[in-house]
Amino acid sequence: MLNRRNFVVSAAALAIALAYGPANAAGKYDPGASDTEIKIGNTNPYSGPASAYGTIGKGIAAYWKMVNAEGGINGRKINFISLDDSYSPPKAVEQIRKLVEQEKVLFVFQSLGTPTNTAIHKYMNAKKVPQLFVATGASKWGQPKKFPWTMGWQPTYPSESKIYATYLLNNKPDAKIAILYQNDDYGKDYLNGFLEGLGAKAKTMVVAKASYETSDPTVDPQVIKLKASGADVFFNITTPKFAAQAIRKVADLGWQPLHFLNNVSTSIPGVLKPAGLEKSVGLITTGYIKDPGDPQWANDADVKAWNAWMDKYYPEGDKKSSFNAYAYAVSSTMAEVLKRAGDNLTRANIMKQAASLKGLKVPLLLPGITVDTSPTDFYPIQCAKLQKFDGAKWVLVGDTICPK
Amino acid sequence: MSVQPNPKLREYAALASGAKLSGLQWGGIAAVIVVGLLLPQFVSDYRTFQFTLVLVYAMAVLGLNILTGFNGQFSLGHSAFYAIGAYTAAIMMDRWEIAYFWTLPAAGVVCLVAGFLFGLPALRLEGLYLALATFALSIATPPFLKYDRFEKWTGGVQGVTIIKPDAPFGLPMSQDNWLYYFSYAVMLLLFFCAWNLLRGRTGRALKAIRDNPIAARAMGINTALYKSLTFGVSALYTGVAGALGAIAIQFVAPDSFTFFLSVAILVGMVIGGIGSIPGAIFGGIIIVFIPNVAEQISKAAPWAVYGTLLILFMYFMPLGIWGFIRMGYARLTRRQKAIE
Repeated sequence: MLNRRNFVVSAAALAIALAYGPANAAGKYDPGASDTEIKIGNTNPYSGPASAYGTIGKGIAAYWKMVNAEGGINGRKINFISLDDSYSPPKAVEQIRKLVEQEKVLFVFQSLGTPTNTAIHKYMNAKKVPQLFVATGASKWGQPKKFPWTMGWQPTYPSESKIYATYLLNNKPDAKIAILYQNDDYGKDYLNGFLEGLGAKAKTMVVAKASYETSDPTVDPQVIKLKASGADVFFNITTPKFAAQAIRKVADLGWQPLHFLNNVSTSIPGVLKPAGLEKSVGLITTGYIKDPGDPQWANDADVKAWNAWMDKYYPEGDKKSSFNAYAYAVSSTMAEVLKRAGDNLTRANIMKQAASLKGLKVPLLLPGITVDTSPTDFYPIQCAKLQKFDGAKWVLVGDTICPK
Repeated sequence: MSVQPNPKLREYAALASGAKLSGLQWGGIAAVIVVGLLLPQFVSDYRTFQFTLVLVYAMAVLGLNILTGFNGQFSLGHSAFYAIGAYTAAIMMDRWEIAYFWTLPAAGVVCLVAGFLFGLPALRLEGLYLALATFALSIATPPFLKYDRFEKWTGGVQGVTIIKPDAPFGLPMSQDNWLYYFSYAVMLLLFFCAWNLLRGRTGRALKAIRDNPIAARAMGINTALYKSLTFGVSALYTGVAGALGAIAIQFVAPDSFTFFLSVAILVGMVIGGIGSIPGAIFGGIIIVFIPNVAEQISKAAPWAVYGTLLILFMYFMPLGIWGFIRMGYARLTRRQKAIE
């Protein structure tokens, strides 16, 4: 029965609930988060043999500087703690433990390197601390069942390979394919992804394979052997020095295959110039991120914003380095995840938000490339576009291709 | 007329050569052991883990010290023995599921043999040439560990992940604490063995070979045998350290054992104190903490800071930290005696 007194009491209760309810919900925090701050941990090689990658860590720090200058995320400042691991797995374990146990970060973002991330993989998942958007192209970061707290970001080597395979199956099903690959983890990741992409047709389509060691002086003998197989498609899985040798040799032999070059070696000054620009015409590769140094993007809004950011927050950084574009794009993705997490800054919710990105447009990604994840799909960027070299620059061709 | 040996003089000689320890030294050792035992009770698990690494590197530094400090043979290849020990432990634990404590003697024996065999050809090489040969050993190790044919065991580039052991008998302590005490026990055992080995005849022979190989040979020391055995024992120490390091880190990969590890062990030995057993502990501390200090001072150029710190250490403590402590103590007591 609703008399006046009851009504007053329930109205007052409702008012209190309205006033305090959301405020209570706002207090959902795990270690590393508070009303004023979000603590993010990171390791990068600032010293040691792989210190060239260190610019990524510095770039990310510069990005958070910009975010904080503009008021932070949902009113909270980002406290980005980046430690040096020298690209050494034991040091990475030590530093990550410092971040998680002593600094008490909410999560770890963009830890760099395949061996270093492998070393902390089990630890992060045992501690249930997110290991988000790790900076490596290996395929093992997307196993939501076995490792629900770890996620990659960039397209993996096998998924890039599958894009070439898909293209061939659709456009040149009777191709005779020759493959040159580096005999290590990276080369085999590409090779296996490619064979998997071709599926049952791999046996008939692939007519020749040759491998080389990084200690080999040249890959000329391998290229001669591959040409002799009569192949009309050449998949070039090589690092920059060997890529340049192979491109040059293919042209010198007068072999004119459909030439796929892996994304690792697409630098124009680093690979194509030494190989000879006229000899590189017609090469095909994939791309997912805009190269800010490419003149075709000079008037692009993202690239303009990136330039302004570089000038203001990271003036000592190298504008020609694609690592700095990468740092900007991956940090934007992270910022979006944090925005969506709102006031529920628990580790579980960060993972949940990271695993429910649908068609997210991230600055500097090529038009049509989006970030997509789901609770069963921990590979944020899978699609890429094919690009063809016209003698001066990479030209986008065709639609976005996503591996099956 | 026979000369009666003066018992007092004998006593002094034994004390000076380190064959016997004075009351003060025994007291110091007891104090250090107690501090080591209590340490984990006062610090977090993360710090305990760091101190476990200190113990591990102290053993590796002691291994190198036996070879370089006491026997005068240079080595830049100790990362290789460390890697062999680490991989022995990882493969035994991961592929054959053998308990972690068995991996230590196995790693020790494997490294003893490896070190002895490497010591044989090294006999022909002296000084800088030996340093170069061992340098080759350390840079050849990572590619060797990546080699295809061994991938079944070594895991290739991916390495091997192992599981951290729990405390036995349901002892109420964390994995980190248990591993610390376990490493601590192993370290005390190894340090005791080293002291026992170096204080007597063998130790004198090793030092004689270091100081004057021709005189040593003239006195009837089998220099070839001693030198290669020293290489073996040195590798054994480093290998046991590697195995414990692998268990503490829970992961081995070729990139963990680059040439820089050899340099780190060498730096630890020199700054800790060449030719001294306690110096190895300071060496371990230096290896673990100096890079962190350098990083805190400057993130832009941590290695420049690291280098500066090394120069400062060498300038102010040319005999290493232990040498500095000994000299300081000697100076104090001399002044004391002068006053008396």
